[in-house]
Amino acid sequence: MNLNAIQMILVVIVAFLAGMEGILDEFHFHQPVVACTLIGLVTGQLVPCIILGGSLQMIALGWSNVGAAVAPDAALAAIASAIILVLGGQGRAGVSSAIAIAVPLAVAGLLLTIIARTLATLIAHVMDRAAEEGSFAKIDLWQIIAICMQGLRIAIPAALILAVGAAPVRSMLNAMPAWLTDGLSIGGGMVVAVGYAMVINMMASREMWPFFALGFVLAAVSEITLIGLGAIGVAMALIYLNLSKMGGSGNGGGSNTGDPVGDIIDKY
Amino acid sequence: MADNKVQLTKNDRIKVWVRSNFLQGSWNYERMQNGGWAFTLIPVLKKLYTTKEDRAAALKRHLEFFNTHPYVASPILGVTMALEEERANGAPIDDVTIQGVKVGMMGPLAGVGDPVFWFTLKPIIGALAASLALSGSIMGPILYFVVWNAIRLGFMWYTQEFGYKAGSKITEDLSGGILQDITKGASILGMFILPALIERWVTVDFSPVKVSTIKQASGAYIDWDKLPKGAAGVKEALVQQKAGLSLDKYKVTTLQDNLNQLIPGLAALIITFLCMWLLKKKVSPIIIIFGLFAFGVIMHVLGVM
Repeated sequence: MNLNAIQMILVVIVAFLAGMEGILDEFHFHQPVVACTLIGLVTGQLVPCIILGGSLQMIALGWSNVGAAVAPDAALAAIASAIILVLGGQGRAGVSSAIAIAVPLAVAGLLLTIIARTLATLIAHVMDRAAEEGSFAKIDLWQIIAICMQGLRIAIPAALILAVGAAPVRSMLNAMPAWLTDGLSIGGGMVVAVGYAMVINMMASREMWPFFALGFVLAAVSEITLIGLGAIGVAMALIYLNLSKMGGSGNGGGSNTGDPVGDIIDKY
Repeated sequence: MADNKVQLTKNDRIKVWVRSNFLQGSWNYERMQNGGWAFTLIPVLKKLYTTKEDRAAALKRHLEFFNTHPYVASPILGVTMALEEERANGAPIDDVTIQGVKVGMMGPLAGVGDPVFWFTLKPIIGALAASLALSGSIMGPILYFVVWNAIRLGFMWYTQEFGYKAGSKITEDLSGGILQDITKGASILGMFILPALIERWVTVDFSPVKVSTIKQASGAYIDWDKLPKGAAGVKEALVQQKAGLSLDKYKVTTLQDNLNQLIPGLAALIITFLCMWLLKKKVSPIIIIFGLFAFGVIMHVLGVM
């Protein structure tokens, strides 16, 4: 499918928004379920793009920027694969090969992210000089420049894919054999585990493993939704915290046992 | 000077709240969120300090290293605003105090923000939205965007106000154990939800592997040849299926069926533990991701998955 000029401009704008959010992590325009939908909206291929967004969102559930670590780039994966899906013109049938393209893109996007974050170090030094002058306007300006740089990180690759055009994209998609795309989507089902493994390594302690076991067993009861499991988890956390405080008071834990808020109020 | 105090209005605090949406914009490897932090506080600094020297000093102390979860930066912003306000009105608060409060709060609060927002809320809302989106429903993305931002913006505003009102007292508050409790509670929630996510969303499927094919006794399956013709036959078949008759003459048991009877989600769990072990061995996550893709392709070609 070929896009007209207005559609192309809108696609690049959506890509820019997604790139900004890839670093800001606030409004979540870069999350696949939102980003792919927006691409679908401006190109008139809404339904296949929503389905693509849903599938990619499942894969990306565990991808998060923790501390200084950078997660695979959901923004580039979502935007580029949605554009390829639209250009390929296969509709719903093209979703699985678009997913197969998305994941290597997410990894490639990591490199762009690291480059952008390194360039931002230069901006930090420019801001230092602006601070010497006491200039608020310059700090504002450079913050905006930094955000725009992150937007371009996705907008430029998106424009490149648009410039290459529908025909090469379509022939590339057709050239992918079924065993490869099916195999990659099977791999995609397992890749989710990497994100979860990172988090578990971070949070796990001897105290926490029983909760892991409980969660695993209860998840097998398919009648309990994730919201239900969330409620059980909150309830258990509250019960555990209360019980551990009761146990602690027996050991003469000092004035800090029962009611920490009360203790603070007493001090004032 | 006492009756000439500079006070931050609600309007100033709203400006900071709006700007805090761009906290991570100039994230860099040297001082991380420092530029965004200074950018966010500018409405406050502009109001409190009027001379060039004061402004330069204020900007410099807020361009120091800062990094936390972007949403839990809000209570820290609130506290810092209160401290800056007191300082501008002549209270003896030096740079070290302000930096100390920022650094003291950012670590523990990140420990709350990551499990609560990234590993509980986002997967729950994301999975709900994704499952709606998989059926092509526009409600999926709308639900994600609206619910996520409503929770996020509400959280940021109320915790910023809480921090501003608590002011310097909050450091006492947080060392009093509340923060440790919140951190621990968040970890419990995370550790409980994660295996559920692993079981439900990590897909490892050994369906192509057939363990056994058994010919069933007659009467245990629907005998398609003996059904009446047309709609009557369809009706009869549905009735028989409801009565528990098998659709095929042969009962096929796959490796996946066996695994599901043993422990559902076992393979997903093993994959996760393998990833955890590799990560502990300092294998790069990127290599693990590529490895899993290669594994998927190879197993599919071999006809196992």
